[in-house]
Amino acid sequence: MTTMTAPVPTFDDAPGTEGRKLCIICSKGSLDMAYPGLVLANAALSEGVEVHMFFTFWGFDIINKETIASLKFSPLGNPATHMPPSLMGLPGMTSFATHMMKKQIDGLDIPEVPEFLDLITAAGGQLWACRMSADMMHLDEDDLHDEVKGIISAADFIELSAGAQTIFI
Amino acid sequence: MIAQIDGRDVHVDEEGFLTEYDDWDEALAATLAGNIGLALTDRHMEVVSFLRRDYVDQGETPTLRRVTATGGFPTRELFKLFPGKPAKKMSYVAGLPKPVGCV
Repeated sequence: MTTMTAPVPTFDDAPGTEGRKLCIICSKGSLDMAYPGLVLANAALSEGVEVHMFFTFWGFDIINKETIASLKFSPLGNPATHMPPSLMGLPGMTSFATHMMKKQIDGLDIPEVPEFLDLITAAGGQLWACRMSADMMHLDEDDLHDEVKGIISAADFIELSAGAQTIFI
Repeated sequence: MIAQIDGRDVHVDEEGFLTEYDDWDEALAATLAGNIGLALTDRHMEVVSFLRRDYVDQGETPTLRRVTATGGFPTRELFKLFPGKPAKKMSYVAGLPKPVGCV
């Protein structure tokens, strides 16, 4: 009996999605809002998709050297914690919740934010900072993660994201 | 299902990824690499060997990040060795399932 020849997986993009491009706008700087963008960017890169991340407003904390390694998760007013709201405002609760979340993330073997950004840029992801946010916070490129490619205006971003799928976080 | 690669019967899934760890050897790796347009070098084989060792240790195919963090292969290099979709391509050549982890 003869068996058929094994199929070969196609690693090409699905028809119509060649040259796919993804822009992720990161507008929040809490730990729990940083990860979705980072995870998606990384996944897209490993699928061969061109990725741009645009950091704006509180999202600046993700690329600001001062805050990059110390993002916090606040349980206050967050119904996802399933805890009594009155307890969540107690002193020390944010650092406790942040500690717990970091432990969970580490347990899943997921990198912390600075390493995650290194991973994304090593994979070819491009990081961009928002001009207005930089001006508001009196920050320039020296204050930002070394791999940030530039501080660009909203109009620049619109140009950059032409033809891309854009996600706002 | 059982199908042929290099005149040998091996177990594969519908896409063509090997499903039996022991069906794989280095000669097969060269053919698998050739199938997807890669010329296998010693460096490719170092990555592939790490994947296979780690699969035995962990019970699952390592993700790209793990190949970098634990295997010590820089991400940039992995993208050069297995262009486009490195995580999937390296598991195909290593005769392992695609990684399931998100990162």
